This record gives sequence, structure tokens and C-alpha cells, in this order.
Amino acid sequence: MKDALGGVRSVLLLGGTSDLGLASVRALDLRGDAVVVLAGRDEEALEQAGKALGTSARIETVVWDAATGASGAEDVITTGFAAAGGDVDVVIAAAGVLGDQPRSETDAAFAANVLNVNVVGVGAACLAAAQRLKQQGHGTLVVLSSVAGVRARRDNFVYGASKAGLDAIGAGLADALHGSGARVVVVRPGFVHTKMTEGMTPAPFSTTADVVGRAVADAVRTGKPEVYVPGVLRYLFAGLRLAPRPVWRKLGQR
Amino acid sequence: MPDASPRELTGWGRTAPSAATVVPVTDASVALDAVKTAGPRGVIARGLGRAYGDAAQNAGGTVLDVTALDRVHALDAERGVIDVDAGVSLDTLMRLLVPIGWFVAVTPGTRYVTVGGAIASDIHGKNHHVEGTFCQHLESLDLLTADGSVRTLTPADPELWATAGGMGLTGVVLRARLQLLPIETSLMQVRTERIGDLDALMQAMLDGDADHRYSVAWIDLLARGAAMGRSVLTRGDHAKLDDLPAKKRAQAKAYGPKPLLKAPALVPGGLLNRWSVAAFNEAWFRKAPVDHTGLESIPAFFHPLDGVLDWNRIYGPGGFVQYQYVVPDGAEDAVRESVRRISDARIPSFLAVLKRFGPGNDGPLSFPQPGWTLALDVATGQDGLAAMCDALDELVVEAGGRVYLSKDSRLRPDVLRAMYPRLDEWRATRAALDPRGVFVSDLARRLELT
Repeated sequence: MKDALGGVRSVLLLGGTSDLGLASVRALDLRGDAVVVLAGRDEEALEQAGKALGTSARIETVVWDAATGASGAEDVITTGFAAAGGDVDVVIAAAGVLGDQPRSETDAAFAANVLNVNVVGVGAACLAAAQRLKQQGHGTLVVLSSVAGVRARRDNFVYGASKAGLDAIGAGLADALHGSGARVVVVRPGFVHTKMTEGMTPAPFSTTADVVGRAVADAVRTGKPEVYVPGVLRYLFAGLRLAPRPVWRKLGQR
Repeated sequence: MPDASPRELTGWGRTAPSAATVVPVTDASVALDAVKTAGPRGVIARGLGRAYGDAAQNAGGTVLDVTALDRVHALDAERGVIDVDAGVSLDTLMRLLVPIGWFVAVTPGTRYVTVGGAIASDIHGKNHHVEGTFCQHLESLDLLTADGSVRTLTPADPELWATAGGMGLTGVVLRARLQLLPIETSLMQVRTERIGDLDALMQAMLDGDADHRYSVAWIDLLARGAAMGRSVLTRGDHAKLDDLPAKKRAQAKAYGPKPLLKAPALVPGGLLNRWSVAAFNEAWFRKAPVDHTGLESIPAFFHPLDGVLDWNRIYGPGGFVQYQYVVPDGAEDAVRESVRRISDARIPSFLAVLKRFGPGNDGPLSFPQPGWTLALDVATGQDGLAAMCDALDELVVEAGGRVYLSKDSRLRPDVLRAMYPRLDEWRATRAALDPRGVFVSDLARRLELT
């Protein structure tokens, strides 16, 4: 059970090697004999990520490939909750691929995989997790979206489309779970320096995984439904959403 | 069972909500049905929701709202024993009893608790040093247990003591017979003293508490240095008829408490901050007389906060936690250290109280033990609050003390085990009463109580 000051006992991280996901786990106040379940593709990488967390919490790993869609999503939630030993206080959906915009535009299968992983696989896992949280009557689902999904941009709109889709699932679930005891937090970071974005030119207001992690932990504690990291992006994107197309197109040509 | 959809519940501190199917217990048979048909996430009884944390929440399960079970069955005016349903509130009891010259043996700082809740928490009041807890004044209680039977338990039964402070996890209290206290008037003869620092306060309590049935001190936890622990000590007794001025004697037992104010439904967070609380504390301390004895009403003396309906809202949407510990006699240094840490942390606490406890009782989970108890409220969202509470836990454990489960909303299971050495004994009694684990609450899950 989550406690009054935001302390948690059990976490399921979907995308168990994700920098943002792991930073979020580190930022949470893990109480007593907590358990952290890491779900991802590569068991060895998960185990290493678990060790690197440097927590006294018990670490469990569950092999899951978000590309396996609906059946994989059901499985990872069932196995993940079982590995946690029952209730899960916080589920963090952090799995995802960045893709490659130029390749996506010429290779339909490649683009479809970005959509399949980020929306179909992760989205289905979020839906399955939400059902479990509703049944247990408490818990928080954290959906790691992106400002890229707020308005599709020329230079990464396939990724943007996938995050827009996931974002809509998160926002819809937040309403669906209203009054159920469970909470959904949709987190929209801007450019984050991680292994996923290594070598890329950072966008303005770039941030780090630790800052995102702290924002996630804060939202878990307070139950804030929507978080931009850094916070200023909320206002920036409120404006950018309304920017005239030619201006927006220019911004997307980088 | 009515197929109501789940509803979100919190404790009085308004933190960590969870959803449960709430079943109004209009009759004991409803509770029986709920226990018989309990799902995997179990059942817990709930009264007026005054436990600060998650004691009367049951995420994903069933919560029995016992407040509809509110009949007064009989009053034996000769022996001073009243036979009531568990959902009857102390407010109802006082309205009924005070005008005819009786008082509840133990009342906490609010009248808005049920008899069932008072038993499950084994509540204490300002008279603990003389009278002990609520459950020490029980003649018997009726407990609906997991097998569907109703057992009448007396103080000779260990099951009664497992239920005293058992947080509702031994079963549903349906009815109880309470021993009452005779009173001559509805007024209190109260001595109020302003005391400059913590050491002087503790000395005054050691010296003078035994002369008064009721005693409690309010402490300014923001005062530092020489003024650390400055406080207002109030001690009193039920006024005798002779204590009243002649013209008041005809109406000596008049009693009609009214809520004066209602807290607004939406209060912004951060209203009670370091500066506003410091200003309040300063005013409260300055307005208290240096040393004065006079008559006060029962609500003014026992239940000042009941004058504001929904006062828990003043902490804003983030809610608040209450931290209450007891440390044994001889651990005065731990009291000093805790007050020093809290005042140094500059975490604003509104109305912190210090009181001395008398001997404990047979309840393995009953909170009071002889010594010093300090209770403070703090709004959530203060930087460092979780760490400060954890550090206080350590201090309390080291001193051989414990925290009060009815106030708790953030303790860790391993620390709980250190605080309640008789936990296993309680677990054994509970396991015999409820082998299937029908009775469960968020508190029980969080603290791995069962």
C-alpha cells in the first residue's frame, strides 16, 4: 500500500532498462521490504539494471517484449503482479523505442514497429494494468508519454504519433479510473539526455532522467494527473499547439 | 449484499485514498451476510472515519459502515452501565447521558467517534493517567467473528483484549456494555497554566497530574532555544454542584454542544505554513492565563476542535498526518530530543499535545503504556517530513516506545514489530478467530499486521 507521505512497497516497471523508468524507481520512496519488478526484453540487462538501482528492495525480473502486443501485455501484467506478491502500488510504463524518422518514412515495416511497440504493446499493457489497479482499489499507473505527442513535428512524427496514441490511452484511463481508488499520471518530458537520445542535438529546455524521475515520484505522491518535465513546457506547448503551420513546420526542420 | 459500486475512502487525514464497496449495516444481519459472502479482499468495519490513516479503508474489498447500527438498548442507572450498538457515537451518548448525570468513562479529543471505533482503537483521553483506556470500562462486547457467530466477550476473555486496539481485525463489534461515570454537573473545573519551557512542563505534570482526573498540555513546537516546549497546561475535574455559582445550579446538567463554524469545502494547500502556525501558536500562548482556575463546558474542555465541522479540511487538499508516540517513564530525554528535532526542523505543527499515561492494559496492541505521549499534526508535502517521521520512529523504538496505530498512516512493518513486542501473541489470537483472514484493512496490508 502507498502510505500517506508517498512511500511505496511495490513497483512494476514496464521497460525495465529504460533510463527514465529506472530514474523514476530510484526517486520513489521505497518503504521497508519493498519489491521492484523489472519487465523487459533481455533478462541479463534487467538483472544488471536491478543491481545498478542500488536499492535494498527485492528485485524481480520478468521477460517481456512490447512488440508481442496483446498477448504479451496480458502476460506481463499477470506475471508482474504475481512477482510483486500481490498488490502493486506503482506501475510505470516506460518501454518504448525512438525509431528513426527518415527510415520510418521509407520503410513501412520499420514505422509499423515503432507504432506497434509504443502504442499497441505498451498501450495494451497499460490497459491490462489499469484493470488490476481498479480491482485492487488503489495504486498509480505512470504513463511516460512525451511532448513529441502533443503536436506532431516534421522531424519525428512517427514517434510523435506513437506517443500521441499512448498519451490518449493514459488520459482516457485517468478518466476511466476516476473514483476507483487508482490514479493515472501522464508524464510528458521534453528532450531528455538518455542512452536513447545519445548523439542527438538536444532541443531547448532539455532535461535529465533524474529530473524526470523526481517529477514522477512527486506526481505519485500528490496524485497530479498530468506532468510536463520541465514544468515550463506545459506553457510553451500550450502556445506551440496554436502556432501557425508555417511556423511549426520551420521549428520541425532541424 | 447490495451491489453498490466502490467508493473512495480516506481516513481523517485525507491521505492515500482507496476504493471499497461500502455496505451500510442497517442491521446485524447485514454484517453477517457480508462476512459470510466476503470476497478475497475481505471486510473491515468503519465508524465515523476519525482514524487519521488507513485503518478503516479496505482497497478493493468491502467496508461495513456501522454508523447506522445506532440503537441504545438499555441504561442501568443503578450500576451506571449502558448497553448500546457499536455505531452509537460518543456525541449521542453525551447528549443522552450528561443531562441525567452520567458521563462516558473515557472520551478522546472528539465526540464524533463510534463505540465500535473507540473499542477497535482502544482510545484514551485526558484521564488516562487515572482511568486507563476506553476498553478498561467495558463490561462486555458482542463481536461478530469470521465464522458468522456472535460472541459476547468479557474482560476475562483474551479475545476482548485482542479486540481492544485490534483495529477491527478480530471481527465486527456489534454491541457493547459500557461502565459510566457519575457527574453532578455538566461543567468542568479547570486550571489553566502557561508554562515557559518543556522541562518545567514535564515537572509540573509529574508533580500535579495525580491531583486531577484530566490533564493535557498544548505545546508550541515552533518555539526554540530557551522557549522550546513552551506550553499551556490544562487540568481539570468534573465540577461538583457546590463549585457552581448559586444561579447556575438549577441548570447544572444543561448540555447542548453546537458546532460553531464549518470549514470551507475547498481550502488551498499551504494555508498552515511555518509563519501562520507560528503566529497562531504565539497568539494561543499569549492569550492563555498565567495561572487561572475556572469553569468550562464539556465541549470547550474536551472537544475544542469539534466546534469546527470538518476541521481536517484546513490542511488543504494534500491532507495531513498525525504522529503520536508514547515513550516510557524515564525516557524524558527522548521527549526532549523529539521536541528539539521537530522545532529545529521548522515543520509547522498546529496544536501538538503532551500528556502522561498511566499503566497499560492487557491488550497486546493497545497503545498506551506508562510514560509520555506526544501527538502532533503536520500537513503533507513538507520537505523532509517523511525522513523526520522515520527518524522519530527510531528514537521512539530506542526509548522502548511505540506509535498509535489509529493515528498512523506511514509507519513501516519492520518498525511496527519493534514497537509492539506482543504482536505475535495478538496474531495467534486473531488467527484463531479469523483463520481465513476475512477481516483486512489497508492498514493491515501496509503494516503486514495479520
